[in-house]
This record gives sequence, C-alpha cells and structure tokens, in this order.
Amino acid sequence: MSVTAFLTDSTLCIGCKACEVACKEWNGIGEDGLDWSGFSYDNTGAVGASTWRHVKFVEHAPEPGFGGNAPELNSWAFSSDVCKHCEEAGCLEACPTGSIVRTEFGGVYVQPDICNGCGYCVVACPFGVVDKNRDDGRAFKCTFCYDRQKVGLTPACAKACPTESIKFGEIESLRDKARERIAELHGRGMKDATFYDASDSSVRGTHAMFIVRGDPRSYNLPPKPEVPTIYLKKGWTSSAIGAGLLLAGSLLAFLFENGRDGR
Amino acid sequence: MSGPSRPAPGGRTPDFASEQKLVEIRREAERRGEVKASGIRPAGSPFPMASPDTGYYGIPLLKKPAWTWEIPLYFFTGGTAGAAAVVGAIADYTGADRRLVRDARWIAAAGAVISPALLIADLGRPSRFLNMLRVFKLQSPMSMGAWILVGFVSGASATAFAQFMQDRYGPSLPLRVIENAGQAVSLAFGLPFSNYTGVLIGATAIPVWNESINELPIHFGMSGLSSAVGMLELMGHRKSRALQWLGLGAAIFECMEELRIETHRLACLDPLRNGASGAVVRVGGVLSGPVTLGLRVMSFLSRGEQARDLRKWAAISAIAGSLVTRFGWLHAGNISAQDWREPLRIPHPYK
Repeated sequence: MSVTAFLTDSTLCIGCKACEVACKEWNGIGEDGLDWSGFSYDNTGAVGASTWRHVKFVEHAPEPGFGGNAPELNSWAFSSDVCKHCEEAGCLEACPTGSIVRTEFGGVYVQPDICNGCGYCVVACPFGVVDKNRDDGRAFKCTFCYDRQKVGLTPACAKACPTESIKFGEIESLRDKARERIAELHGRGMKDATFYDASDSSVRGTHAMFIVRGDPRSYNLPPKPEVPTIYLKKGWTSSAIGAGLLLAGSLLAFLFENGRDGR
Repeated sequence: MSGPSRPAPGGRTPDFASEQKLVEIRREAERRGEVKASGIRPAGSPFPMASPDTGYYGIPLLKKPAWTWEIPLYFFTGGTAGAAAVVGAIADYTGADRRLVRDARWIAAAGAVISPALLIADLGRPSRFLNMLRVFKLQSPMSMGAWILVGFVSGASATAFAQFMQDRYGPSLPLRVIENAGQAVSLAFGLPFSNYTGVLIGATAIPVWNESINELPIHFGMSGLSSAVGMLELMGHRKSRALQWLGLGAAIFECMEELRIETHRLACLDPLRNGASGAVVRVGGVLSGPVTLGLRVMSFLSRGEQARDLRKWAAISAIAGSLVTRFGWLHAGNISAQDWREPLRIPHPYK
C-alpha cells in the first residue's frame, strides 16, 4: 500500500472537463447546472459539495507560444482543481466526530456514515474545498477515489484524462516527475512554469500537486495556506485569560461587597 | 469610450466615417478571423484576464460558513449560561444573597437546556449529534466544545434539579451533595463554556475571525458576563453592588473592544466596520459598551428608584448588545469568506 498523489499538469490540460464528468459518473453526483459563470467556459466556478473536480479557465494576455495559440490570440490556460489532500489537513483536525480520516493512501476522506453535518470542516479548510450539501446535510469533497484505490484502480478523473494532464501515482515518483517536467518546460522557454504543493506552509505539502504557468494566485492557489490548528495555542491562551478574568472579577466583586456589608 | 459626444443608442446619424469604419471591421474579420477594434465587442466580452491582481476572476477561494441563526444564538445562550454559573457559584461560596445564587442557577440551567437544542438543530444530521462524543480531540475546538457542553449541561442541570427539589420538599443530605457537586462541575465547565466559542471561530480559515483570535475569547466571555449580570438584574437583583461592579467591568471591556474594531487599519477586519455586517457589529458594540457603561455610571450616581430604573435599562442594553454582537460576528464571517484577496495575500487597492 503506497502513499499516492495527483499531479495536475496544467500545461497539458485541454479544458475538456472529462475529469469533472468522470468524477460525477463514478461517484454518482448530480450536475451543477449548465449556467455559464461568465468567466470563460467555466460553469462550476469552484470545487464544492457537488463538484469534486473543477476545471479552471484562465485567460492570459496574448503571449506567443502560450498554450500553443497563435501570437495575436488570447492565451488560455486550463487547470483541473481538486481537494488538495493536505499533509496537515484543517478539515481532518477540526472534525469533531472523527468522520474525516487519513486513508492508507495518504488521502483525506470524509466517512459519510459518521458525518453529522456540523459544518466546522467548511471553515477549517484553507483551500475552500469542503462544502456542506444543504439538502443532504453532510459535508462532501473529493474522496481521492478511496473505493477505487482500495481495489488497486486509478481515480476516475485521472483515468478519464485524455492528455495525462492528471497524473496519479506514488507521491515521491510524482515529485520527481514534476521536477523533470518543470526543467523540460523551462528548457522550452516557459520560464514561468511553477510547481505548487504548498510544502513550505503549515499544511506541509499536499497530495494534489500542480504545475501551472505564471502566478499560482490566478488559479486561486493561495501562496501561504495555513492549517487553522496553528492558532489553537493563541486561542486557548486567550480563553484562559478570559476565564481568569471572569473568575477573579466575580471573586473580587462578591468578596468586596461582603466586606463592605460586614463593616 | 473616448470622444467628445456619444449619441444615444438608436439616435446616431450615419456618415462617411461611420460607414468606412464598418467596412474596415468587415475586412479585418475576413483577413484575420477575429476583430481587435474597440467598440464592437458583444456584452460580456472580452473575458476578464487572469492576473495576480484579480486572483481567479475574483471568485472567493474560501467557502462561506454553513451555519444558520441557531449558531450565533447558541453563542449567546452558552456564553450567558456559562458566566451565570460562574457568578452563581462564586456568590454561593462567598455567602452572598441566597436568592441571587438560586436565580443564577436557573439562568445556567435554562442555558443548559436551550444551548444543546440549538446546537443540535443546526446540524445537518441532528440524529447523529452523539457522534460528537465518539472522539475526544484536543486539536478540534468543536470537539472540545462538545465535551465542555456535556460537562456544563450535567453540572448545571444537576444543581438546578437539587435546588428545585430542596425548595419544594425541604433540605436533604443527598440533594445537598448533588447540589454542591453539580455547582463545582458547572463552575469548572462554565469558565470555558463562557468563551470557548471565540476559540471555535478564531481557529478557522475565515480571515476576520482568524485575525481576531487573540481578542475573540475574551470579548465573547465578557459579553457573556455582561448578559448574565443583566439577566440577574432583570430578575430583581438591582441592589447588588457586586453585580453592578461586574457589569461595569464588562461594559468597560466591551468599550475597549468596540474601540479596537472602530480604529483598526487591517483590510481583513473591514466586515466588522463596513456594510451590513459592520452595522450589526456596531449596534452590538455600542449597546454592550458605551450605552451600558453610561447607564451604569448614571445609576451609580443616582439613588433609590431612579438608580434601579437606570440599572434595568443598563441590563436590557447589555443583553441586547451581547445578542446582537454574536450575530454581528457571524455575519462578518460570512462576508469575510467572500474576500478573495485576503487568502491569496493580494493587497487591497484602497488600503
């Protein structure tokens, strides 16, 4: 049983949304509606309770060679977004029922038979991935195809990807692959190709890694995601101070009153 | 569009230049397969460009909190009940007025009934509330909160039950033991129960909450104390000097918190000051801070019936302020989650 990961190479993505469809097909999730967001050919906007893969369409100013376009046309970049499956996952830490667990493949999985829909994971996720389904009541996100991985299969999105933009495999070998690919892209003049796995932040790396061109922020990839648990010390210290004030204040007030009454 | 005058749509007179322009556009379209000239783009085009200044089209990265009105109300009832249990226990230990002790226990017990009901009602699957108690997670404020709630509810309801039985059927030793043990438990759990909700929302990815994590637990705790004191005063304890001092202290703290909110310069704290959420937070802050403080000082300086009347209004203002404050913070969190700049560390253009 090896620790696995996704490597999503946006330089290979053609924006076909096969991953979105395959994900819905395998997991039996309904459609999100066919309304265009008004932002390019994006109709889902972001990952959510019913969208576990989401293809981003990023328009760039005309740039020769970018995405293989003619020099005078706008350049397009596509990138398939997914739950990052953080090494230090905010949702997993926050879950009060133990519904969210780390699987043997390193992914973060919400056990639907345990989740009671408290919604705390929604605000604990620094990537805005976990979402509460209002009709169902529970929280949903990418399962990393735990069911498929258990029987040795590739996750549905990676299997359906026609260009191998979504790569799936053992995490270390994918990191090596990413390094090679970045070097190759730089060699071909795409100096702005960057690797994103948030390993320099408090989430300590992700099991969904990305190769994007340009600033990762234009793909809604936060430069410094933080797992909220790093603030617990501050919070509980403040809570202890508040409790101390309440206790000391009450003691002083009642003792002082008694003292004055006694005189 | 540039140019000195722009005729109303449908009110332009064709001329040579206008017709020439249309021909040029047609030629460009034939030659290149697309047209670059301005003025002929259909509504909505061109697509907005991606850039580090706009993030992903300004679509918020974070998800809005999935909580509805039950949660801010729970914050209020829980904070009030927790503080009331502490005040009641200390009043008992210091030998204060028995009636005050008893009323504080009633408030704590009422909160101990209403709070879990609200918390359960907000769950997506209320029947699975007990799943909260299948794990004990120090790193999850929600898990800690569930356990604190269970401890508090046990202590506060046991105390109130023993109190009720003794009031009705006279003193008895076993009930006395339950009463004292319950009170000790409700004191121990009441302390964190009065303010843990500040940790709960502070230790999240929502910028406005996360930025305020140092202040939130103390703020919520003082707000709870303020409303607990207010409720005791409304139940008739308008002569207690101890409550007056506690109320004054809490109101002074709430004034400081209101001042902090009004004078901040961080863009991520804007929802506390601007827009609808800012208005709610401000109403809550002004009611719990300056208004309550002013009324309390005035009642301090006046005598007899007038002093008690002013304290009644101070109590009402404190309770209302405390309630509105929780709704304000939750509302601000919803607005803050829509802030696409903050999680991407993109500076606000007007800051």
